[in-house]
Amino acid sequence: MEDVNLVQMRSGEEGIVVAIHGGFGSRRRAESLGIRVGVSIKKISAQFMRGPIIVQVGNTTIALGFGIAQKIVVRKRLG
Amino acid sequence: MKKILLIGNPNVGKSVIFSRLTGVHVIASNYPGTTVEFTKGYMRIKGEKAEVIDVPGAYTLEPSSKAEQVAVDMLDSAAEEDGNIFVNIVDATNLERNLGLTLQLIKRRVPLIVCLNFWDETKHTGVHIDAEKLEKILAVPVVPTCGITGEGIKSLVSRMSEAKVSTFQYEDEERWSEIGKIVDTVQKLTHRHHTLLERLGDASIHPITGIPIAIIVLFLAFKVVRLIGESLIGYILEPLFENLWAPLMLKLSALLGSSGFIHDVLIGKLIDGKIAFVESMGVLTTGLFVPFAMVLPYIVAFYLVLSFLEDSGYLPRLGVLLDTLMHKFGIHGLAIIPMLLGIGCNVPGALATRVLETKRERFIAATLMAIAVPCMAQIAMVFGLVGQYGANGLGIVFGTLFIVWIILGLLLNLVLKGESPEIFAEIPPYRLPYFPALVKKLWMRTFGFLKDAVPYVLLGVLIVNILYALRIIEFIGRLAAPVVTGILGLPEEAVGALIIGFLRKDVAVGMLVPLGLTMHQMIVASVVLTMYFPCIATFVILVKELGVRDMIKSATIMIISALTVGGILNLIL
Repeated sequence: MEDVNLVQMRSGEEGIVVAIHGGFGSRRRAESLGIRVGVSIKKISAQFMRGPIIVQVGNTTIALGFGIAQKIVVRKRLG
Repeated sequence: MKKILLIGNPNVGKSVIFSRLTGVHVIASNYPGTTVEFTKGYMRIKGEKAEVIDVPGAYTLEPSSKAEQVAVDMLDSAAEEDGNIFVNIVDATNLERNLGLTLQLIKRRVPLIVCLNFWDETKHTGVHIDAEKLEKILAVPVVPTCGITGEGIKSLVSRMSEAKVSTFQYEDEERWSEIGKIVDTVQKLTHRHHTLLERLGDASIHPITGIPIAIIVLFLAFKVVRLIGESLIGYILEPLFENLWAPLMLKLSALLGSSGFIHDVLIGKLIDGKIAFVESMGVLTTGLFVPFAMVLPYIVAFYLVLSFLEDSGYLPRLGVLLDTLMHKFGIHGLAIIPMLLGIGCNVPGALATRVLETKRERFIAATLMAIAVPCMAQIAMVFGLVGQYGANGLGIVFGTLFIVWIILGLLLNLVLKGESPEIFAEIPPYRLPYFPALVKKLWMRTFGFLKDAVPYVLLGVLIVNILYALRIIEFIGRLAAPVVTGILGLPEEAVGALIIGFLRKDVAVGMLVPLGLTMHQMIVASVVLTMYFPCIATFVILVKELGVRDMIKSATIMIISALTVGGILNLIL
């Protein structure tokens, strides 16, 4: 079991969201897009130069900025 | 009158359902935030006329953008009146996320009916939803639909009057766990393989493959627009005007005695005894030729390509790839959408800035678009007129505007206080554009151009004639000479184009032709005409969106940067 944030996670890896740091506003926005503690999430790709991170939650693909991605902590799935 | 509000997350197909219910066609695309204003239409339920409102998409009733604020305000005011119906449109392929809004609507205790849209897509995405079970749990009618083909719309209409206040209860803090329970009960997922479109989706958003794909897509888009535009002009519209319309106009000219004020207003000046459609400046010659034979072909070509890109779902991906660059301007990647819409016409471009979260972002995006993004009407004229001197001239015009876009973006971000929020948005799935919907959208936009632009072009040509006849242009030209001639190196008469440019930029570019400008003057004038001020239609929208104070700020930036860039071009070319 290893906890990483979405920036540290590698493309293609999956895991379960364990924490969303940051202010009320960004938590609420994350929630409304389907990123909540307990949901499973997959990292699709990351853009160069601290660009956005692309993840998939359920059937939704989401682009999130580097700073927000740092605040979302994921427990990587084993194997 | 009873109101029916269509409410749902962004990009769940509200606008398509709206068109189905009312027969009123609205622009629908495959990206979140296409509808930033509400649209109204009418339908009948049980013989009674009701007003249907297409509300901008919202993920939550705790708004985080201007479009969401519009949605919540409308909901609140409609909730106060009795008898209104709230149709919650849900993306069935994303049930869990969409139910967040549904449960918030239930808490508001409004008469509700839920519409499970994209029902056809659930089948090949391996999602199975038991709609009847969901209806029992939520205690409001639940209707599966497929807006784009019209499946399920009949039953949505017939069940509309069954809408009711739900008896479902939950604690606010428990909302998402409640949703989890609901989804576990009604939805089964089956495993499936990645489709080709999904693989393409991943490749186009991966930086190593995505950037080359973006370059290819944009290059192809440009090539296709030019190919279609030029072909329509060369093979259809120019021959029509030259072979059919010109002889008719010559007869009319002879009938009117070949000179005089009325003749000049209608036919314009004959050049070597012939009608020169660009230079003559008659209402019936230039006034018709410019919108129909020079601009319209490019409008059709551009909107065909843009609509295809919109409906496929590519644009938000382009936004993600450009996000790092756009952050240097203080706006995030999705601001590329207002810029691209602005290429068609600055008016929808200005409206689309509403998808951005903060006032600062909207100011930067709107100002950058109004200054450095020429609309298709103007681009078409520049293609036609500067293009005569070869591709180099065109390269300088659009290259300069691109550099201005970048430098001005950097400067605005530096000068304006505040930070730029990060991108945080849904990327829609790729969809193959549905051809009938695409054609309809192309027609709406083309018709919109004809309806809104042609009268202004005719008016513009008429005003040009009056201004010349009263020697007003000569007078202002002399007053403005230090700027127009001194700084920009243009003849005094070019001031006429700057005056008319406020009305229509395409007519303004056309007015440069009789002045016999050199290529270098033509380039300076084209760039300055793009930058110095928006046309009146865009101006009105900008004042509404930015407010008077910010519009004055924005306009000051426009004038200063136009003179600076025009002056520099005049010196170095």
